[in-house]
Amino acid sequence: MDLRFRDAEPSDEERAAVDALLGPPATAWEGGLRTDEDLRVAAAAESRRDLLLPALHAVNDRVGWISEGALDYICRRLTVPPAEAYGVATFYSLFSVTPRPARVLHVCTDLVCQAKGAAGLCASLEERLGPPGSSWQHSPCLGLCERAPAALALQAGDPPSSAVHGPVTGPDLVAAELAATPETGPADVSETPGSAEPPAEAAVPQAGDPGLVLLRRIGVVDPGDLDDYRANGGYAALRRAFEIGPAAIIREVLDSGLVGRGGAAFPTGRKWEATARQPDHPHYLVCNADESEPGTFKDRVIMEGDPFALVEAMTIAGYATGCHKGYLYIRGEYPRAIRRLTHAIETARSRGLLGADVMGQGYAFDIELRRGAGAYICGEETAIFNSIEGQRGEPRSKPPFPVEKGLFGKPTVVNNVETLVNVLPILLGGAPAYAAIGTGSSTGTKLFCLSGNVRRPGIYELPFGATLRDLLTLAGGVPEGRTLRAVLLGGAAGAFVRPDELDIPLTFEGTRAAGTTLGSGVVLVLDDGADLVKILLRIAEFFRDESCGQCVPCRVGTVRQEEALIRLSKRPDSGDLALLREVGRAMRDASICGLGQTAWNAVESAIDRLGVFSPASPSTFPSTEAK
Amino acid sequence: MTIPLRPPRRLVDITVDGEEVRVAEGTTILDACGDSGPCSGKKDIPTLCYGDTLTPKNACRVCMVEVEGSRTLVPACSRRVEQGMVISTDSERVRHSRKLVLELLGSSTDLSTTPRAEEWMERYGADPARFGPDAATVEQPPKVDNDLYVRDYGKCIMCYKCVDACGEQWQNTFAIAVAGRGFDSHISTEFDAPLTDSACVYCGNCVEVCPTGALSFKTEFDMRAAGTWDESRQTQTTTICAYCGVGCNVTLHVQDNEIVKVTSPHDNPVTHGNLCIKGRFGFQHVQNVPTGQKD
Ligand SMILES: Cc1cc2nc3c(=O)[nH]c(=O)nc-3n(C[C@H](O)[C@H](O)[C@H](O)COP(=O)(O)O)c2cc1C
Ligand code: SF4
Ligand code: SF4
Ligand code: SF4
Ligand code: FES
Ligand code: FES
Repeated sequence: MDLRFRDAEPSDEERAAVDALLGPPATAWEGGLRTDEDLRVAAAAESRRDLLLPALHAVNDRVGWISEGALDYICRRLTVPPAEAYGVATFYSLFSVTPRPARVLHVCTDLVCQAKGAAGLCASLEERLGPPGSSWQHSPCLGLCERAPAALALQAGDPPSSAVHGPVTGPDLVAAELAATPETGPADVSETPGSAEPPAEAAVPQAGDPGLVLLRRIGVVDPGDLDDYRANGGYAALRRAFEIGPAAIIREVLDSGLVGRGGAAFPTGRKWEATARQPDHPHYLVCNADESEPGTFKDRVIMEGDPFALVEAMTIAGYATGCHKGYLYIRGEYPRAIRRLTHAIETARSRGLLGADVMGQGYAFDIELRRGAGAYICGEETAIFNSIEGQRGEPRSKPPFPVEKGLFGKPTVVNNVETLVNVLPILLGGAPAYAAIGTGSSTGTKLFCLSGNVRRPGIYELPFGATLRDLLTLAGGVPEGRTLRAVLLGGAAGAFVRPDELDIPLTFEGTRAAGTTLGSGVVLVLDDGADLVKILLRIAEFFRDESCGQCVPCRVGTVRQEEALIRLSKRPDSGDLALLREVGRAMRDASICGLGQTAWNAVESAIDRLGVFSPASPSTFPSTEAK
Repeated sequence: MTIPLRPPRRLVDITVDGEEVRVAEGTTILDACGDSGPCSGKKDIPTLCYGDTLTPKNACRVCMVEVEGSRTLVPACSRRVEQGMVISTDSERVRHSRKLVLELLGSSTDLSTTPRAEEWMERYGADPARFGPDAATVEQPPKVDNDLYVRDYGKCIMCYKCVDACGEQWQNTFAIAVAGRGFDSHISTEFDAPLTDSACVYCGNCVEVCPTGALSFKTEFDMRAAGTWDESRQTQTTTICAYCGVGCNVTLHVQDNEIVKVTSPHDNPVTHGNLCIKGRFGFQHVQNVPTGQKD
């Protein structure tokens, strides 16, 4: 590839950050110092495009933003055209291509935090630090919803650091930011008493309950200690996997009835079988830990509280489907989960549980952790491939499906974190025992992300078949003196249900029959104090922000949807309601991927099921009343 | 060298708008419905991001058709037919989606130089104005930073064709790419540098494929601004580029005895519509005839 560069030079710091990732440049062709030798040999540069995202992270982590000189240097090192690298850098919201302070506070203004007072945080910050955009900015859901309202500070440096706040008040957040509170460093792979961030089990109200399956080790094992994990049943499932072999593992997973927990509810066994059968090699495994659906934080709790379980489960999935390499794609806003998983992967590797000869069984498997950089869309199963490959995180057109042509064009199995950890109890207890839990078509247990106006928010594990009422009761219901207004199931891409619909069974078939969805397990509870119109505006803003921009119905449709909702929030208008419906239908019918296809779901259900904007419920026009 | 014979393509039976036809396996729905396809009656499926010399990008969604059993509509330009497929190219659902896509585009982008946009708007009853006067648009001043062609991104529908033509699929220059995200996404050089500072080699292959006139010859841009551009007074003559031995075909568009732009036939088996700076923009010398000798 013949690349042309402008003459921007990297600073020493930027160069050092990139070299720390890639090693020093071998030749002047890659941006090294020119020697006599270089004038005589021409290097056939090979593009290492898939390292683009890690390299952009390296600079952004060290300096806080990506300058033209830094981008050019990355491009020289990786043989990537600068225009394309610029396109990639500007795709992700955690990166900046203009100067900004080393420390940036990301304040969640998404659904749960909004319902819990994010506006107050923003007002305090604006008063002391000025308008958002530089040292602090609005952020979509940070996956800290049980601690809403929440914020995440990311501090560039060597090493970079981070701090989470939540629940927090405006004045406390301002004080903490002005003092740049103690950051959690790389030392917190185990829970440390007195640490600023509560331990993972603080998000699990049922922690320690002997009936738990997926959450049973949370708060019980030390997430930084492999021996503790093994002492608590860890790596027994992998041992059993090696005993029975790949075909029998797939049979077990098929018989268990396990379906994906990432949102699409596809049978996992069938996906594995189809991938294992592909003659083309290599096969890849991708664990989808991008968890960015507003209100979702279950995968974070697993990864922070029981990271070795995910490493073991990925190894089993890789073995069953003929993969020797697994990518763990985790959202960039999860610094503690990233540290703990990095530690778990390294430890497993050093103990022969990953690497050339896993458990001495002659099977080679390794895991590479890849960090996202602020893009909900990268959780879509084909966008994740583009992101890993160093392209813009735009979904691909299907067919071909990932099992045929996925990552690097090869057969790939993509699974959600929760889906994968289910494989451990399936192998340990056997498929029949697993399938006996839950209902006929929704087997096993499910993690629910309870948040909003509920007494005990957090992650709950229940066998499929429990009703929404059971779940709300377990979580203590709405706070004293309040009444339930609505529940948002499935997140921004989900649908609202009314207080008279609490007997909906929380199963895939039960929610579908009720015209809603389990999605990623979001159960956002809203009481009579919640402003539903504001929630809808936020949902619309979320999709407008997170659309990749590739296809017209979603790129423009999400903008028109938000505009119409803003107008509707000020005055009733049947024309705008009709407009919303028409735009919504086109987005659902004609968008490339699930983002555009579902961008209208929650708004539609609020209008149809909750009667928001209906002339019969004037209370839904608060601003008209205020005038 | 032996050229492997391709195995004969199997024929599949499909139903298009109620008519049963047979087409070769692997044909796209668009081709099956096209003029050389087996369907009786002209389907005339609109397309914008589809390019006859490029890999379908599936971005504009104006070509969507209904396939029985599919949850969503499917893009005709890229979806390949399968045995037993039942396709509707003009159902209510299809017309609704085309209407909305045209309205969404028309309300955010200047389609005044997009061929056929007006005709399709009429056909599907699209009314871009109904999103109101405050609807967000991509309006911006044209980028005029070189003497050869203009980038008027207020007319850009983000079809990705220029990026594909400049990059891997043809030119391999990679001067431009898509930057930003969502409604803010746009075609850009690195750090939005002027074209003259970028990797661009002015082959004009991006101009060749642009379906909207967002990219146009400087001559065309200036004549439009002056109100003198008039396609009805133009002739097109395909000849051979005079510069080198490759012998690329060039089509000269002439108005009032002046070359106003140069295109290249897409069906040329060697160049597929691509040229280099000399064939594309190096026509001035032809016109440097001493005064008095014209005609
Ligand atoms: C816009 C969008 C975002 C998504 N985000 C995630 C995500 O963050 N995590 C996830 O596991 N699945 C996500 N999915 C679903 C994935 O596309 C895919 O279905 C899933 O990872 C497959 O794993 P599973 O079968 O184990 O559920 C998303 C889908 C869409 C359309
Ligand atoms: S639906 Fe939205 S997110 Fe999905 S490909 Fe289209 S523009 Fe991108
Ligand atoms: S003129 Fe050629 S090199 Fe320049 S941007 Fe267009 S396609 Fe790329
Ligand atoms: S400039 Fe033209 S070719 Fe390029 S994306 Fe825009 S409309 Fe398409
Ligand atoms: S952390 Fe704020 S909504 Fe999830
Ligand atoms: S022409 Fe088919 S999607 Fe654009």
